[in-house]
Amino acid sequence: MAVAAEAAIDVRDLSKRFGRLAAVDGVSFSVAQGEIFGLVGPDGAGKTTSMRMLASVMRPDAGSIRVDGVDVVADPDLAKRHVSYMPQRFGLYDDLTVDENIRFYAELFEVPGRAWRERAQRLLAASGMTPFGKRLAGQLSGGMKQKLGLTCALVHAPRVLLLDEPTTGVDPVSRREFWQILYSLRADGVSMVISTAYLDEAERCDRLALLNRGRVMYCDTPAGLKRKLPGAIVHIASNRPRELLEIVRGQDGVDGVLLVGDGLHVHVDSAARRIPELTKAIAQTGVEASEVTTIEPNIEDVFVVLLEQQQRAA
Amino acid sequence: MDPARAPSIVVDGLSKRFGSFSALHDVSFNVERGEIMGFLGPNGAGKSTLIRVLCGLLRPSDGRATVAGIDVVEDPEAVRRRIGYMSQRFSLYNDLSVVENLRFFGGIYGVAGRPLDERIQFAVEMAGLKGRESDLVATLAGGWKQRLALGCAILHQPATLFLDEPTSGVDPSSRRRFWNLIHELSADGVSVLVSTHYMDEAEYCTRIALIADGRLIALGTPHDLKRRSIGGELLELACGDIGSALDLVVAVPGVRDAAVYGNALHLLVDDAEGVAATVCGWLAGHGLPGATVRRIAPSMEDMFVYLVRASRAPQPAGVAA
Amino acid sequence: MRIRRIVAIARKEALQVVRDPRSLMIALLLPLMQMFLLGYGVNLDIKHIPLCVVDQERNQQSQDLLKRFAASRYFEIHEVAGTVARAGHLIDNGDCRLAVVVPLGFSRNLVDQAAATVQVLVDGTDSNTATIAAGYAASLIAGYSSDVQLEAIQRRGGQVQTLSPINVQARVWFNEDLESSYFIIPGVVALVMAIVGAQLTSLTIAREWERGTMELLVSTPVTPIELMLGKLCPYFLIGLFDAAICLALAVGWFGVPFRGTVVTLFATTSLFLLVVLCIGYYVSVTIRSQVGASQIALILTMLPTTLLSGFSFPIDQMPPAVQAVTYLVSARYYVTILKAVFLKGATVPELALPILFLAIYAAVLVTLAARSFRKTLD
Repeated sequence: MAVAAEAAIDVRDLSKRFGRLAAVDGVSFSVAQGEIFGLVGPDGAGKTTSMRMLASVMRPDAGSIRVDGVDVVADPDLAKRHVSYMPQRFGLYDDLTVDENIRFYAELFEVPGRAWRERAQRLLAASGMTPFGKRLAGQLSGGMKQKLGLTCALVHAPRVLLLDEPTTGVDPVSRREFWQILYSLRADGVSMVISTAYLDEAERCDRLALLNRGRVMYCDTPAGLKRKLPGAIVHIASNRPRELLEIVRGQDGVDGVLLVGDGLHVHVDSAARRIPELTKAIAQTGVEASEVTTIEPNIEDVFVVLLEQQQRAA
Repeated sequence: MDPARAPSIVVDGLSKRFGSFSALHDVSFNVERGEIMGFLGPNGAGKSTLIRVLCGLLRPSDGRATVAGIDVVEDPEAVRRRIGYMSQRFSLYNDLSVVENLRFFGGIYGVAGRPLDERIQFAVEMAGLKGRESDLVATLAGGWKQRLALGCAILHQPATLFLDEPTSGVDPSSRRRFWNLIHELSADGVSVLVSTHYMDEAEYCTRIALIADGRLIALGTPHDLKRRSIGGELLELACGDIGSALDLVVAVPGVRDAAVYGNALHLLVDDAEGVAATVCGWLAGHGLPGATVRRIAPSMEDMFVYLVRASRAPQPAGVAA
Repeated sequence: MRIRRIVAIARKEALQVVRDPRSLMIALLLPLMQMFLLGYGVNLDIKHIPLCVVDQERNQQSQDLLKRFAASRYFEIHEVAGTVARAGHLIDNGDCRLAVVVPLGFSRNLVDQAAATVQVLVDGTDSNTATIAAGYAASLIAGYSSDVQLEAIQRRGGQVQTLSPINVQARVWFNEDLESSYFIIPGVVALVMAIVGAQLTSLTIAREWERGTMELLVSTPVTPIELMLGKLCPYFLIGLFDAAICLALAVGWFGVPFRGTVVTLFATTSLFLLVVLCIGYYVSVTIRSQVGASQIALILTMLPTTLLSGFSFPIDQMPPAVQAVTYLVSARYYVTILKAVFLKGATVPELALPILFLAIYAAVLVTLAARSFRKTLD
């Protein structure tokens, strides 16, 4: 990819240890202007620690971070003015109202009075929260807290936004609305790093880094990652999937079988070759299978397979 | 009805109110023997409240519930003797070892002597912790703790298992391994009621109940639910300039709704084939050539969002059935 | 340093205090409670000591002696016991502190041998009270004794010079009635300020850590100094308000004379407030749990102030090693200042030394507190 403009965020060999544990171990990635970048991985992968170092809330043991042209490690105070950070618990004051929370953060960033009031009004309207201005933040639902947290993060119009697991536990409807807000920010050229443990959310990012045990396993677009998956995923629909389990597992070219509620997901090396073979083997058992078709792999399938590959190589 | 064939859990018109807040409203369902019933819904939907009522920890405001044929209000102690419960945060003792935890929970459930030793061995093997029995729980990673917690919950061989968000904070491989264990238990006839807010875990369950705002908004197998109407069909549109495409595409006849999804648009349409045939040409005609479109299956989340919106919309009863 | 940020933090903190029942209780209820509890509860005067008498002689002389005890305001006759055994029993079960026994043959001994003994039994479990009670009893008896002597001499027809060689004229300065409350109450004011001040600020930083808002605060451009100044402002104002309440109660309710100036009082109180607020702030920064910070802050202020500030026990009666330690107790200087301002009407120049110590203390603590806060999570 041609480097048209300087990357909004550039991370090189970032590391952080806690005692003997290497929470972040040589992580590198870069985020282009106006891109939504995902840091994806399970708990303990190093997402939150990485985010905290990007927000200069924690000091790295090694490595460099440049955000909007500023060296974060050397000049954290300057970096903080360019970046907006929304931590996992949103950073809201439960005993202050929606308006008071927004005002507080606006003042901390010294945003001129008229500018932040206007911006706040717009953001609240977009989230459908205009009537809740005088409501205490502690009395808002999870989805509304999330939107308020985002509003507070956006009130000083940052060019870079860091969101640490902002959708955990939030209802799917609010989650969708949240992503629509992120997409409109993207259209305005804001660069975002969003960390999530929901692998299905990874699909919504422009590019993502799969993290595991403090290291970046892969870094690519969602489609690119799916292409990396060798072979294909075949879905066998059956209401007695357990009886098919052993037979399927024993077949040639089958790399992994996952039991799902209404059948099996089978990872094969080649759909074209194995589907007929599977269909025949299943027919021989006498158990009825209504479908044997290829389905599109999701990010979780990719993650599990790639992780197993890595472990086998080690 | 033959007791061996009777449903493990029967819930009928269950409601629970905390003051003026209605945490559960008129919830009814059964769980058959050996079934894995998944409760999907966001935080605050009422999943934990439901599990607590069924464990006899909360009294319902209205309705009835029986577990293993015993009414949860009349005899909660008897209910608790027959169920296993795994809580959200695993509730293991970090400063005790694996086997010390198992002994403790065994003692609480009244399992002792030779039977306890056998069950402990079973739990250790199930969790894959053979050789690590003396390790402190604090040194175990998330996936191990989770399997150990499951082991602690089944020492007394309960016929019914309640799992409250058992897979929070666990890596995907461990999650899959955990679900394999659940499937093995269910094959042995244990009924499992699982609550989760991961939509994709619905695939692992025999049947799913979607719960939002304290109400049951859908009940069925994953297969059935995904084939249900979400008010249309889904198309995925990929093109260069999503922003402009979004503004244009909503004007295409037959397109009910459009939203950005990563680098593409998801369109909700009445007739997938019809719209697919025309939309690319239409966009090209308006200055956006090179768009491609394909049909995609709705995800569980699509289903959920549609149902929640329908249930919240002010409509006459019977729409979301 | 940006004023706007300091104001924003002060405003947020003020709103939170007003809406938090726990903080409000500490700010408003605690001072009142302590003033009343300690003001009335701590009373070092010894009066109305319960006494029982055993009169085995039962004649004019013994009754004369015992009437003096009955008339004294230091004693109160609880029971006229029949036997010494009964008196002993009353002391054992705490009904009486003291028993006076006039034995058989008291008056004849007085006449024949010119000397007689009176037995005084004292409950020594509280040695402080026992010493004082025994002393009162002894002086009463001594008074009676010299009167008896006088009478005897006069009966023999002698002339007696009733002038005793040394005439003691005692004048008590500053506290004429020797009201212990006059020196207790200013000490209570110091105690209240110390506890309340430290408690209020001990919660402030710890609360932000516990609620997860600190993480976000640290990612903003706000500096540690701005944070500290902004957070201390509302508590400083509350502290001064509490000082005003305590002053009003001391003078208006407890009747402690106030001979100094209000300006001196508030100037020195402000200095002390700064010290205790910084103690609480420092504890809050170091201990990231609200409960823990609150307890440590209480221990650091209440114990030294109660025991080592001169509030209840005079410093110059303490062993030298302990006296040296009291120099480290900031409340010591404040208690000295308060007593001086209330009872002696002292002015700032007269109080230069304790004020200087307090100022040094304040400077050290402000620096410590400001430096202790790091803008990183690790």
